[in-house]
Amino acid sequence: MTTPAPTAALDLAARFPGAVTPDERPSYSGWMVDKAKLLEFAAFVRDELGYDLLSSITGVDYLDDEKMEVVYHAYKTTGGPALVFKVQIPRVDPVEVPSLTPIWPGAELQEREAWDLLGIKFNGHPDLRRILMWEGFEGHPLRKDWQEPFYEEDNKPFKSRWPDGQFSTAEDKNPYNDNLQYPQKFDPEKWVPEADAALYGALAKYTEIDDESGLKTDRVVVNLGPQHPSTHGVFRAVVVMDGETILSLKPVMGYLHRNHEKIGERNTFLQNMPYTDRLDYFCSMTNNFGYALAVEKLMGVEVAERAEYIRVIMSELTRIQNHLILIGMLLNDLGTYFTPALYAFEERELILDIFEEASGSRMMCNYYRFGGVVRDIPEETLQKIKDLVFDRLPRKIDEMDRFLSENEVLVSRLKDVGVLSAEDAIRYSMSGPSLRASGVPYDVRRADPYGIYDRFDFDVAVRYNGDTFDRYMIRIDEMRQSLRILEQAVKQIPGGPFMTGKPMYQVRVPAGEAFGRIEAPKGELGFYVVSTGKPNPWRYHVRAPSFINMTVLEKMCEGSKIADFVAIFGSIDVVLGEMDR
Amino acid sequence: MDNKELNSPGYEIPPELQGQLAVTTLDRIYNWGRRSSVWPMMFGLACCAIEMIAAQAARYDLARFGMEVMRPSPRQSDLMIVSGTVTKKMIPVIVRLYNQMPEPKYVVAMGACASGGGPFKEGYNVVSGVDKFIPVDVYIPGCPPTPQALVAGLIKLQEKIDKQSIKQVRWYRKGADSVEIPVPVLGPDLIDMRRSAEIKKTAARKPQQPAEAEA
Repeated sequence: MTTPAPTAALDLAARFPGAVTPDERPSYSGWMVDKAKLLEFAAFVRDELGYDLLSSITGVDYLDDEKMEVVYHAYKTTGGPALVFKVQIPRVDPVEVPSLTPIWPGAELQEREAWDLLGIKFNGHPDLRRILMWEGFEGHPLRKDWQEPFYEEDNKPFKSRWPDGQFSTAEDKNPYNDNLQYPQKFDPEKWVPEADAALYGALAKYTEIDDESGLKTDRVVVNLGPQHPSTHGVFRAVVVMDGETILSLKPVMGYLHRNHEKIGERNTFLQNMPYTDRLDYFCSMTNNFGYALAVEKLMGVEVAERAEYIRVIMSELTRIQNHLILIGMLLNDLGTYFTPALYAFEERELILDIFEEASGSRMMCNYYRFGGVVRDIPEETLQKIKDLVFDRLPRKIDEMDRFLSENEVLVSRLKDVGVLSAEDAIRYSMSGPSLRASGVPYDVRRADPYGIYDRFDFDVAVRYNGDTFDRYMIRIDEMRQSLRILEQAVKQIPGGPFMTGKPMYQVRVPAGEAFGRIEAPKGELGFYVVSTGKPNPWRYHVRAPSFINMTVLEKMCEGSKIADFVAIFGSIDVVLGEMDR
Repeated sequence: MDNKELNSPGYEIPPELQGQLAVTTLDRIYNWGRRSSVWPMMFGLACCAIEMIAAQAARYDLARFGMEVMRPSPRQSDLMIVSGTVTKKMIPVIVRLYNQMPEPKYVVAMGACASGGGPFKEGYNVVSGVDKFIPVDVYIPGCPPTPQALVAGLIKLQEKIDKQSIKQVRWYRKGADSVEIPVPVLGPDLIDMRRSAEIKKTAARKPQQPAEAEA
């Protein structure tokens, strides 16, 4: 399973003469596809080459070349490296590309995001609306010529702040002094907000249905969120129901859209590291890991041996605490108000203590650096980790399993609810534990090993029913596997330096593109970074598992009861900071 | 305020009534009741919300201060802990929730983002501080503030409540500003309806504007 398929032998250019060419820019890889042939190419790649999992879609705005580029990363669920293909279109509105939703339905939300933030129109998309911003917002913010209200300069560090200029901020120059700008001759009293007209329009086909008797049946539309105790933050789901049964559901997000990517493209490479902490705020260590991998790929830097082990230890501890919280919160949503969550938080605090000792912060660790980690872990901390790994955590996980997994209420609430078949999970670009609970043994740690994961002996946890109960059980399985990895890692960890080279505030990153991906606790977390050789990334995109796993939510909920929505949503395990970025 | 202090008003109490009668001021008994049962709204925005949950959990145990009863409905809560980044898409909802809370009501801005935009301040979808729209009683610094910091902030809020007087708080005054805060509208950008005249004026003379904004 670990051997990658021999992709190099492929000659896609010969299969599609004239339409597909290798990407020949230095330090770029993949294939350039003509947009007229895109659908045919994608179908060929999926059906005949076996790249069945479309991982990431994003756009890049090459302002200087007057080009827009859409970048696709496809993987085989049997493992191996990516097939990268790209479509370039002239940067003249409307920028149009055919939608890949007929081939991979999982493209839906990602294409909506590219439309929202970059203004790339996907022809044939079933529901192309804005997703992170609201309908009626002016402009497409990730375009390089779009400037936000607090715009100062293209790149940090801003000259106005550093090193010795007269300190001034864009805030002072802004006419409203509060981050707002309006178009010319704008009159707020005559403005009619579009509100949710488009959203309800997308659900309109369900609103009334003629029965055989000719009577009209009303469908009930319920808004869950953005302020709702079971949506784990500010997620909103608009549900159309017949009685209590869900007919259709649209996720509405963006309530926590913090412009991660736009800010990231102004920051220097190193400045982005603390921002990645705040993506999935339960798992800052793994977020750091993904970003560090992507930039290390570009820089070609080797990671110090001890740091590799520290990274694995921190990632697996993160996975355990994330899954603990997930179980606690899922049970919370099901009605066991707070008790399992309190037990979960007890263990989490102990793991956070370790993070705090190593990095200085409980949650926002900002711990990884390109080529290593920022500090060594002290001997006492290592001892604490050993105590946890060999003694306390296995007991506590067993205890949780014993108390919960056979609980009658839990089983009856979770069994056969929100079933997701393996085929659908792959088609909808699901990743992480939810994919494995549907019977697809796809784990990036095994399928495309990064760091030193190929040295450890562990099983990829799989469950086969694809229901909510399996998505719960797989978390317990995974925690046990993480403990296995941890046991090996704390035994094998060598001494030596924890960082390659000396720490630098300004790293030199050669021009090129890189996609670094890891198996984060919530799924496949990828960072797509394009560098032009300057101190700042040209494009910085996060392939967020929480976001992409939402694509299939509607499918999983159709036909369930409204009360089950909470369980299904809880079991997918999303975090809003990562979903909205 | 402990019981002894509560029962020592400084008046002379006849010996036969001592231990059976408490004399105090209305303000003190009223504030004591309110400060010991502050019900926060179960309202998490972002990262800080996780530390808020951690503060509720066993190690930090917010229940010690009479603040553990989280209410998902604004109608039942006294305190809104704005725990995370306030975005433009979210602020109409936050203002509406605030309007729905019954008085007396308090707001705690937890963390850098809620206090002033924090690390995401320069973002195009971020409101630089919730106090642009709703009045804030206590600001808690940190990114995210540790549970201890949150507890300290809430104790500060209790101290603030202790100092209030029924005669002076705004919600017991006739015709005072219990007026609802106008809910901002999502237009081409966020529109604060309180400033529509100002916006109209500036937008009317906009042509020479762009250069200034980019300067």
